[in-house]
Amino acid sequence: MAKRVVITGIGIISSIGSNLPETIDSVLASRSGIGKLKYLDTFHRDEYPFAEVPWSNSQLAEFAQLTDLAGYSRNALLGLIAAKEAFAHARLDQVPRLRTGLISATTVGGMDRCEIYYKDFLTNDSKNQYIDVYDCADSTEKIADLLGIGDYVTTISTACSSAANALLLGARMIRSGKLDRVVAGGTEALTSFHVNGFNALKILDKVPCRPFDANRSGITLGEGAAYLILESEEAARAGNREVFAELKGYGNACEAFHQTASTPDGKGAYLAMERALKIAGLKPSDIDYINAHGTGTDNNDIAEGLAIERLFNGTIPKVSSTKPFTGHMTSAAGSAEAILSILCLTHRMILPNLNLESPMPELSFTPVRELISDLDVNVVMSNSFGFGGNNTSLIFKKI
Amino acid sequence: MTAFINGIGLISPQLTTDPAVFLPEIVEYTADYLQAINPNYKDYINPIAARRMSRLIKMGITSAKIALSDAGCQMPDAIITGTGLGSVEDTEKILSGMNEGEQLMNPTPFIQSTYNTISSQIAITLNCHNYNSTYVHRAFSFESALQDAMLQIEEGMADNALVGGIDEMTDNHLQITRKAGHWKMNPVNNLTLLSSGTQGALAGEGAAYYLLGNQRSQSTYCTLSDVKTIYHPKDTEELETSILSFLSFNGLTIDQLDAVIMGYNGDILFDTVYNELGSGIFMQTQKLWYKHLCGEYYTSTGFALWLAANILKHQLIPAAIKVNNLPSDRLQHILVYNQYRNVNHSLLLLNR
Repeated sequence: MAKRVVITGIGIISSIGSNLPETIDSVLASRSGIGKLKYLDTFHRDEYPFAEVPWSNSQLAEFAQLTDLAGYSRNALLGLIAAKEAFAHARLDQVPRLRTGLISATTVGGMDRCEIYYKDFLTNDSKNQYIDVYDCADSTEKIADLLGIGDYVTTISTACSSAANALLLGARMIRSGKLDRVVAGGTEALTSFHVNGFNALKILDKVPCRPFDANRSGITLGEGAAYLILESEEAARAGNREVFAELKGYGNACEAFHQTASTPDGKGAYLAMERALKIAGLKPSDIDYINAHGTGTDNNDIAEGLAIERLFNGTIPKVSSTKPFTGHMTSAAGSAEAILSILCLTHRMILPNLNLESPMPELSFTPVRELISDLDVNVVMSNSFGFGGNNTSLIFKKI
Repeated sequence: MTAFINGIGLISPQLTTDPAVFLPEIVEYTADYLQAINPNYKDYINPIAARRMSRLIKMGITSAKIALSDAGCQMPDAIITGTGLGSVEDTEKILSGMNEGEQLMNPTPFIQSTYNTISSQIAITLNCHNYNSTYVHRAFSFESALQDAMLQIEEGMADNALVGGIDEMTDNHLQITRKAGHWKMNPVNNLTLLSSGTQGALAGEGAAYYLLGNQRSQSTYCTLSDVKTIYHPKDTEELETSILSFLSFNGLTIDQLDAVIMGYNGDILFDTVYNELGSGIFMQTQKLWYKHLCGEYYTSTGFALWLAANILKHQLIPAAIKVNNLPSDRLQHILVYNQYRNVNHSLLLLNR
């Protein structure tokens, strides 16, 4: 019998707050984090809006209580802050240690430093302490060392579904009895690398992203980090601690269609959601709310919307994309949106799909446009889809 | 949880792409790093599709196809890749391009630079909608992929899984990471690597895919009984304790091991770990090594697993990989032990 997996701690930093309480304040006030770039240096800085975390690296180092910034990427700093918050939120320092893992996700690791120092790496030796922050494991190992986690440590990169797959693996490791606790989530710093990549693909919106709007024209890049503490039900009993939700289901499917596009009818999205329901033992009508991937690209929103229509045929739950709050946090989007979905359970609300003016004519449903409060929300689904057709869907249930 | 190794595809600096033969000869190099020998990719990938693919992706798809055909499998239930660095070549194209100016960037290198491209390109080639994931944790990358696959099989979610470890090296990346102390500063002869007496490893690259299954088949090499990663043990004693408890968890004692394949890479700073174990818990064990054949890279255990599986299948230890020479009759249990910079340690246990 598979063990139940519950969530006992949450940590998040993004353009809408440096921690969980600030994040809650922002979403309750329908306050978006999208605006002008302040810290990232890119040619495209005035061309597009971004959801940048509004603190410099030295301020982030202070939040993380680091005395020396040297050798730290922004990616690692963001990750340290959110993972530390989650760890403290679950009060894991106050209960006996059990087998604990760290499963972290990122798409370009310490690229935020390497893209700046690349020339130095090649032509002189002044920035060599940043050479080893290039790869994806660097931030993970810094978090593991800070939290003293060593029983299982790994890093996942499946583009924009990375952190959702970190949660998925964490849940599987606990269900199968291999670990008792997992710190799972993702971290991503804005980079010129990403800005130029998405710009070359012509999928950045010149105004703040408008998921599921007929006039949408792309994504707004964001950054940040988000981690959750997953525990087996037994492990969570230690120390009279609060349990926020159960991670009830997960599904992973591959579009196998195109490196950067979804099938027109969202086959991968459909399969991921269907598999998550199956693992959860739930019917489509049991889902109260879907936190959609909803990037604001032409292709994603139509494919995801049609997949939702097909799977939830006749019983379409409330739907919204929260990317107009946080921007697209790419590898960290999966865990950040899992947290926003869980807040809907704990705070009895449905978050709005901001910036939606003209609903898509192709879809029979319209996402939620205003915050709904005082509503019983029992089961939520969170979708994360990535380049390469790596699609993952998660289901959380109220405890 | 035990999985059967039912198919292998390996592209490496040695002659390894034909599953029917086992190290017919050893390729000798004197080089800055060991480059994989490219097979004729046109035999495996549609030339029109191949034209846009970087070499890493071609290596991945080709080794995956060899593994599937070796196992007689058309459609795996899961595709899981481990890659420490992903597409270095495409990432460098973007970084150099950005140095030239951010106005006119080509999207293709960006599309290919994401670490999950290899797994997803294999899925596209096979039209496979099943579970698909990618692990990117230094010298845990391939091990994490194997653990995920074995868990899929244990959970009953998959009858078989295609699992790979793949990394590439480029001149630029070698030049940069040399400055961080990873590699030898001058070309070395791969066959005399162990006696180099200098710091830094000999870099390499390769692509290894495996078809793991829950059933024995005609193509079965051996079983992969268990995989473990050990993060940053505080000393050799803690490491030895972890290795012994791993063996004991799998019902084995150290003297039942017929061989241990160790990850010596010629770096005198870090080979001391192997030397300590070699004169410690592995004192009486037949010790083998492999990185003179494939070089050091984050997913080099993809090569070591191929060696171990073939040793068990052919009941033969090639002389070129022996560190010591003990008599052996039946080869039943092999342990692969690797570590990178004394941080990422891993164990793979294989049984005949």
